[in-house]
Amino acid sequence: MTFWQFLQNNWVELVTLIKEHLVLVFISILIAVAIGVPTGILLTRHRALRGPVLGVANIMQTIPSLALFGFLIPLPFIGGIGTRTALVALVLYSLLPIIRNTVTGILGVEPSVREAAIAMGMTDGQVLRQVELPLAAGVIVTGIRVATVIAVGVTTIAAAVGAGGLGVYIFRGLRQYDNNLLLAGAVSAALLALAADFLLGLIERRFSYEGRRKTSPAAFKIAFAVAAVVVVIGAVGLWRYAKTPAAQNRVVVGSKDFTESALLAEILAQMLEERGVTVERRFELGGNLPHEAMVSGTLDLYPEYTGTSYTAILHHTPITDPRAVYEQVKRDYANNFKVEVSQPLGFENTFAILIRGNDARQLNLKTISEAAPHARTWRAGFGQDFMSRADGYPGFSKAYNLKFAEVREMDLSLTYIALSSKQVDLIAGNSTEGRIAQLDLVQLVDDRHYFPPYEAVYLVREDTLARVPQLQEALARLANAISTDEMRQLNYEIDGNKRDPKEVVRTWLSQKQF
Amino acid sequence: MTDAADNSLVQFKNVSVSLSNNPILSELNLNVERGETLVLLGESGCGKTTTLKLVNRLLQPSSGEVVVEGKATTQWDPIALRRHIGYVIQEGGLFPHFTIARNIGLVPSLSGWNQSRIDKRVRELLNLVGLDPDRFTDRYPRELSGGQRQRVGVARALAVDPPLMLLDEPFGALDPLTRASLQREFADLSHRLGKTAILVTHDVREALALATRIGLMHKGRLLLLETPDGFRASNNPQARAYQETLS
Repeated sequence: MTFWQFLQNNWVELVTLIKEHLVLVFISILIAVAIGVPTGILLTRHRALRGPVLGVANIMQTIPSLALFGFLIPLPFIGGIGTRTALVALVLYSLLPIIRNTVTGILGVEPSVREAAIAMGMTDGQVLRQVELPLAAGVIVTGIRVATVIAVGVTTIAAAVGAGGLGVYIFRGLRQYDNNLLLAGAVSAALLALAADFLLGLIERRFSYEGRRKTSPAAFKIAFAVAAVVVVIGAVGLWRYAKTPAAQNRVVVGSKDFTESALLAEILAQMLEERGVTVERRFELGGNLPHEAMVSGTLDLYPEYTGTSYTAILHHTPITDPRAVYEQVKRDYANNFKVEVSQPLGFENTFAILIRGNDARQLNLKTISEAAPHARTWRAGFGQDFMSRADGYPGFSKAYNLKFAEVREMDLSLTYIALSSKQVDLIAGNSTEGRIAQLDLVQLVDDRHYFPPYEAVYLVREDTLARVPQLQEALARLANAISTDEMRQLNYEIDGNKRDPKEVVRTWLSQKQF
Repeated sequence: MTDAADNSLVQFKNVSVSLSNNPILSELNLNVERGETLVLLGESGCGKTTTLKLVNRLLQPSSGEVVVEGKATTQWDPIALRRHIGYVIQEGGLFPHFTIARNIGLVPSLSGWNQSRIDKRVRELLNLVGLDPDRFTDRYPRELSGGQRQRVGVARALAVDPPLMLLDEPFGALDPLTRASLQREFADLSHRLGKTAILVTHDVREALALATRIGLMHKGRLLLLETPDGFRASNNPQARAYQETLS
């Protein structure tokens, strides 16, 4: 599919994402200006506050955006997942340039001019409104311009907390190794940033009194018109957001940020919609976000794997009996989180130790133990997840006594391509990954049974289950309904054949007659 | 002396000013008579600008008091006091983002005049300082020459017809020819309007040309208070030093 075809097929979704992106940027900048400019003015009046406040704003900006989102999730009122959290983070990022430029702009007003203003008998308020703010306006608008361009960039990260925007395409593109998605997301975001920079540049010239006569009225009118359109879009978005009803019969379905999780979530979402339930999708949430969001109540359910719950969430030492793991997880979730664990869906998604098909055939390797002697000359590529978790790399290398020539930590979705293009020689992928067959990769058998079982299940809040009877019925139908091969095939339809996930799920559901 | 005090517009009574323990002005006693042009003469740092700023309460005395129209500046509402006093500084201190008309009309507009009265007054004042209203009202300060800006500065200070004008080196940044002609016009104008003026300068020629009385200041003290003739005749060594620069 060429990029042009991709755009033709997806322009409706792309426009929606751009709109979401603009709304997030617009609202956050609006709030940041409403907070930042008065704060800046206050700082010019109280010298003692200047250092501490600017210091705090400075520190805010040095926190990596993904980490900031992470900090905000568990906080009450401002945290959780979705638009609100994204807005809080975006405002925090936008404050520094706005406050700093307000202070610099006002303090930069020529002392003799300020003195003349006072000597003419202006009150402090009049000095501020008639002299300082007009003369500082250019510098302040520069600050808003910088903040806006930063916000357009940071908003791409907002997709990680389910707030939407162009980051959805970027994250999805990275995960599915789909350049069209990546391009559409990144290029649109870049164009938005450039356009915002250009428009605010025109407005800035208009506001700085030296430039007032130089800007052509036509250019300013265009800038003003476009800015007005953005304001209207933002206002409509805000209005809609405020008006979203909290329906009784509404379920918020979440997923983690990989294809299979989104697929499983979509399956249940469509089944619920079929049964007349209103579904809100909060897909592609990073890290532990879905768990924390579900426990805090902003999410009703999401697909998970028993092994992940067992080790990463409940912090038990890995064991190998699937039944024992499932029972333990079910008990602990009911006691600790008031969350119900569904029947297993019928397949496991465990770590799959993969090597190239050629290597496997030439060296005649079938199990991890057989491959261990070759590890000394091999480079390994592992995702961040595998590197850090209890049942990941540290235990794995010890269990098989593995020593690699080099271990690279990289994005999980990129490891498959890295392996097939000989950048690395061994990876830990997902057993249901659709591209395993496509790229001619071979899974080595875990002959020492190191990896704990990872049965797919849905985790559902108990109160949701009680509130939405249709959910019970849908979950019962999905018990043991998906085989590993089926899952691999479904994943491949999306990652390999680049089909639309909703479409893939719809076809599959009708085949299964769910 | 009591008669003089009755006719005084501004009185300095034992005024001292120190900033972070540095004495800027020491025990100043001085009466400014109605209608006179008092010139404070001295080199930079002698306390002459400080003296000026005490009058419209841009600064306050550390001890003693400054009395304007029979009332100590600390008793005045500072805003009312300042709108009552014209203030002219070097280069006019004009607002760069205001047109000439808005600059001149500022104090009237702050005082709540209606627009047509302000417009009329602005034209009147521009004529008074020798600028053509039709050419200048809608211009910005940066489009004017230094001399024109200075005229606008004087017009702005005169806007609400204040009894007292404070001028801080008003002609300092001008070329000698422009300066000389503006000085003449100013002397003429203040005489005609019967204004009281306190003018600060380091230029002895300007002092001699404009002053009814000259106050010579040095290191925060008033050394001498004399008419121009008295100043020329003085034996004070500082005054002699200024005299010598003239020949």
